Amino acid sequence: MDFGRISRRHLLQGGAALAAGSALGLRGAMAAETTIGFIYVGSRDDYGYNQAHAQGAAALKKLPGLKVVEEEKVPETDAVEKTIESMINLDGASLLFPTSFGYYNPHMIKMANKFPKLRFEHCGGLWSEKDPKNAGSYFGYIDEAQYISGIVAGYSSKSGKLGFVAAKPIPQVLRNINAFTLGARLANPKATTQVIFTGDWSMPVKEAEATNSLIDQGVDVLTCHVDGPKTMVENAARRGAMVCGYHVNQSPLAPKAYLTGAEWNWEALYPKFVKMIAAGETIPNFYRGGLKEEIVKTSPYGEAVSAEARKHADDIKAKFLSAEGYAIFKGGLVDNKGKTVIAAGTDRGQKDPELEKMDYLVEGVLGATS
Amino acid sequence: MADPSIGLWTVPLAVFGGAIRVSTPFLFVSLGECITERSGRINLGLEGTLVMGAMSAYGISYLSGSPWLGVLAAGITGALLGALHAGICSLPRVNDVAVGIALMLFGTGLAFFLGKPLIEPTAPRLPAIDFGWWSDIPQVRAALRINVLFLIGVAIAPLLFWAFKTTRWGLLIRTAGESSDAARAMGHSVLLIRLRATMVGGFLAGIGGSFLSLFYPGSWNEGLSSGQGITAVALVIFARWDPLLCLWASLAFGGAAALGPALQSVGVTSGYHLFNAAPYILTLAIMIITCSPKRTLTGAPAELSITR
Repeated sequence: MDFGRISRRHLLQGGAALAAGSALGLRGAMAAETTIGFIYVGSRDDYGYNQAHAQGAAALKKLPGLKVVEEEKVPETDAVEKTIESMINLDGASLLFPTSFGYYNPHMIKMANKFPKLRFEHCGGLWSEKDPKNAGSYFGYIDEAQYISGIVAGYSSKSGKLGFVAAKPIPQVLRNINAFTLGARLANPKATTQVIFTGDWSMPVKEAEATNSLIDQGVDVLTCHVDGPKTMVENAARRGAMVCGYHVNQSPLAPKAYLTGAEWNWEALYPKFVKMIAAGETIPNFYRGGLKEEIVKTSPYGEAVSAEARKHADDIKAKFLSAEGYAIFKGGLVDNKGKTVIAAGTDRGQKDPELEKMDYLVEGVLGATS
Repeated sequence: MADPSIGLWTVPLAVFGGAIRVSTPFLFVSLGECITERSGRINLGLEGTLVMGAMSAYGISYLSGSPWLGVLAAGITGALLGALHAGICSLPRVNDVAVGIALMLFGTGLAFFLGKPLIEPTAPRLPAIDFGWWSDIPQVRAALRINVLFLIGVAIAPLLFWAFKTTRWGLLIRTAGESSDAARAMGHSVLLIRLRATMVGGFLAGIGGSFLSLFYPGSWNEGLSSGQGITAVALVIFARWDPLLCLWASLAFGGAAALGPALQSVGVTSGYHLFNAAPYILTLAIMIITCSPKRTLTGAPAELSITR
């Protein structure tokens, strides 16, 4: 591909845009013609992971001078490299958001090395000093919101058995399962979470079967970490179980059964990123935050949530929002095989990178990572 | 009840419940494909038909408020896709396998395109009949909430077996499948017979799709089928073109699909990827056991392009 020619053309376009921008009295580098590319692994209206990102992209579309290009259903293979190249070469994208976990290494890293002048922001990856400086990884501590869901679930469950429909045993999923369980055990020290791994991000029949099996085992509150929670939420509600949502607010699907949920808040974060670039600042390569930084949020409580549960959950939420913060994974933590995974006395705060390598399930979780 | 859990009994119950819940799409697609293949043509496009059926059933149910209209729409969509396959295949020197693959991609692509606005809304679902009224165990009651489509499918299997064996229509389809020359000599149009057989096959596959979106898992999304249509086509070969064997094979596949999650729920957590792959391992094992390099598959229609 004759990249030099296209980049010259792009330069001319950018120059023209800058001239037009200054003529119109616009300031900063983010003048008209700035194109931002979003790449999703699934469908962008899936009531789940991709929809959450698409809501963030939609927030950018409302800002003046930005053009957003999107591509859905791009597999986590070198297909994403082709998509990135075409967004850069054909659409002139200068900021890219490949939003799925598997895009990061080697695909996005390769592209960031190839196009060193452009900015790449990946959701969920673990940026390290070895990675290119024009690449970054951002993620939200959604386990904080899962912890709140866990507290509500612990109070709401009559059997003390909670269910978790999970896709794959990767650190982010395990962290959510563990936070949910620790939250639930705050409310009910005897509560357990039974986890079922379906094996992939979108397996509706497996997810429905997992939901039914969990309920057959006496589970009465379920949550999940799959791309589209709709199947779990609807099937659980049909069987009379209660649910905590994930990714976005699913309460319209099951208004009576919906307790609360852990949601992304990308529509707050992405405009922040764009403003940082416009102001000439660099986005930190490793960007993380939770409830306090408005990267994640919790769904409003459903009608079935008791006053006691609301109060306890609100108290903990206030601690997350406070200046000193709150550690979910405290010292003396034992996994479900009886091994101490965090030694007594060392609290692992949210920003601790050790937590992003999590490979265990805490005591109280029924299930195994392999 | 003190403890609503039923422990290890979950596994056989889940396999039984799964056989009923998950098998219906397999059953409809394989019975439809059975009719088509018996007439001497293979329609690999039924995966696309299944997905189109699921999408159109969901859309019509959502717009009209009647899930049964949705089922009908799914059947008609399937029959039209079947007619398209048969129409293209009736042209000279056209390979039905290649056309099938093209229609599979066309059907899924079209369904994803038209189904975009249907992922979010919730459509009215098909009702279930409660056969578990006699039991006070909630798990059994849940497993026995059976959809009418499953019962219709179970009824069609022996009906089809009987029809192939004893009716004039059955004989005509078999003749077209075994020897098109014989059918032509009898004064029948082989192409017309195959057109009808492919349309009926598509109709059934479309209805199978409506079960996916309107009953279980019960909503439209793009991962809904995840290859069930193509599995069902393979299942016909596995069932030796016998409708009754199609029924048993579908039930076995449904039960096998439920095995992975059920084992995890009772604490058998090692090797869940292997259990999730159970249906495919089952197919592979039976294929290896029953195939032979010395003869063609028993029961295979002689005109079928895969056996010729």
